[in-house]
Amino acid sequence: MAKLSPINKTDFPMWQGADAVPDAVYLDSAATAQKPQAVIDALVHYYTRQNANVHRGVYTLAEQATEAYENARQTVADFIHAEDTANIIFTRGTTESLNWIAQSWGGTHIQAGDEIIITIMEHHSNLVPWQQLALRTGAKLRYVDIDDQGLLDMPAYRAMLSARTKIVAVTQVSNVLGTINPIQEIGQLAHAAGAILVVDGAQSAPHMPVDVQALGADFFAFSGHKMLGPTGIGVLYGKMALLEAMPPIEFGGEMISKVEKFQTTWADIPWRFEGGTPNIAGAIGLAAAIRYLQAIGLDKIRDHERALTTYALDQLKAIPGLTIYGPQDAARRGGVIAFTLNGVHPHDLATVLDTQQVAVRAGHHCAQPLMQRLGVVATARASFYLYNGQADVDRLVAAVNEAKEFFQQ
Amino acid sequence: MNEDQLRLLYRQVILDHSQHPHHHGTLADGSHEKEMENPTCGDVITVQVKLSPDGQQIADIAFNGSGCTISQASASMMTDVVQGKTVQEARDAVYLFSQMITGKETTKEMDDVLGDASLLAGVRAFPARIKCATLAWKALDQALPGFPEKE
Ligand SMILES: Cc1ncc(COP(=O)(O)O)c(C=O)c1O
Repeated sequence: MAKLSPINKTDFPMWQGADAVPDAVYLDSAATAQKPQAVIDALVHYYTRQNANVHRGVYTLAEQATEAYENARQTVADFIHAEDTANIIFTRGTTESLNWIAQSWGGTHIQAGDEIIITIMEHHSNLVPWQQLALRTGAKLRYVDIDDQGLLDMPAYRAMLSARTKIVAVTQVSNVLGTINPIQEIGQLAHAAGAILVVDGAQSAPHMPVDVQALGADFFAFSGHKMLGPTGIGVLYGKMALLEAMPPIEFGGEMISKVEKFQTTWADIPWRFEGGTPNIAGAIGLAAAIRYLQAIGLDKIRDHERALTTYALDQLKAIPGLTIYGPQDAARRGGVIAFTLNGVHPHDLATVLDTQQVAVRAGHHCAQPLMQRLGVVATARASFYLYNGQADVDRLVAAVNEAKEFFQQ
Repeated sequence: MNEDQLRLLYRQVILDHSQHPHHHGTLADGSHEKEMENPTCGDVITVQVKLSPDGQQIADIAFNGSGCTISQASASMMTDVVQGKTVQEARDAVYLFSQMITGKETTKEMDDVLGDASLLAGVRAFPARIKCATLAWKALDQALPGFPEKE
């Protein structure tokens, strides 16, 4: 096998320059991704050449800022193949997007006796909002389990669906198991039962082509910072009929069309959901990140990560006492590998890896019900992106072996 | 960060405490207890104490739960330090330990009071692990009567 090189590590200032640590191995992109110069440049350009508030000024600069902000919305709409820019709402991130759906759409459409279906592999941000909605309304929260491979138990899901099901919320890619879920099929079944489909795209949108219409997603949420963009910006995609049936939950400037002393009419969709001055720089930075990803090609990124994951699975499996969670076949998983090492707590493992300049995550990965299901308190997790290559995996494997030796002597 | 710091963090005494923790288990007749979770990894530890009849002294202590090397060793060392101490002395030890871990140096007083536990000073170089080291001490503090007024 030819050595798998990173697609483009040189575009990332993290590893460039006199004060950088060029051989630092970053394997925590599932938590947040490093930023390419193009994104940093876009932020600097906005703050130095375009900085003005949006939708307010009549002067040229404000016009330019507004145009850049709204162009970013177009870039996002094209990126996930949304019907229109009106379907794209800028949020703080996946967490805020999902909370808004639960509070606004959920708060006005869910009643006692309704059922909400989620899965045992959900991140807390696609779990707690639904759990709280259920507690508030008297609806029932139900979990689809996984099998030994970390794949969803689809027969159990089918059996769970009924006329009572109102919402099915599922992650497209698990941030622990890496599992890629059959969203299309899940959506068709949900729709047949009369439920809506909410997709957590935090771990998919950065790593593979996404077409929200082909997926059948009624809502789709993702974060900018996991896809080379800035922190504090994310997206909520919604189908128009659903957005129209959804009251805004944050009131103030920007989101109104007319305010009278005792009543207000809302601005059009999507602006009615974006109360206050939005994260203009964030949206512009996210658009730059998307353009950067598109120039490489999401297919190419997916292929690269799949090849890297295949290699990593093989290498890690060869370490005695190491357990890998999730599908063993890279075709069914994203570039996320959670693992434990017999007799070494994930925290201790991550500390030893850190001393070798290998950054991995250790903990429950904001998925405690899944950890319970797997029968572990915590795991270590390595996750890949386009700037990782085979050499990073080799360093990981060497460091894991070192940790094993260290604690077993 | 390098191998030396790693050796300082994982001294043999610490590894020994972690592998063979003292006072690990449960008390049949504990008078006070506190369960605490390390939010970063989900590790849960329970500290149980049995106070003397006059409520002044820690007559017996135990901890339960599993966790990383640092949290287990620290819990084990903590129980050694406070066993037989008065409630106030135990609180003072908790305070000293916290000062040692988050501070810059280990004073003679810390050394004297904390014994083996003063070896955990190596955790300073690993800020992400401080919560692991302080978990059992915090649990003890909250298990003892008079919390949080004494804080
Ligand atoms: C699957 C999944 N959903 C949701 C989130 C939450 O994303 P954010 O913290 O950007 O809101 C994450 C990120 O950790 C994730 O991995």
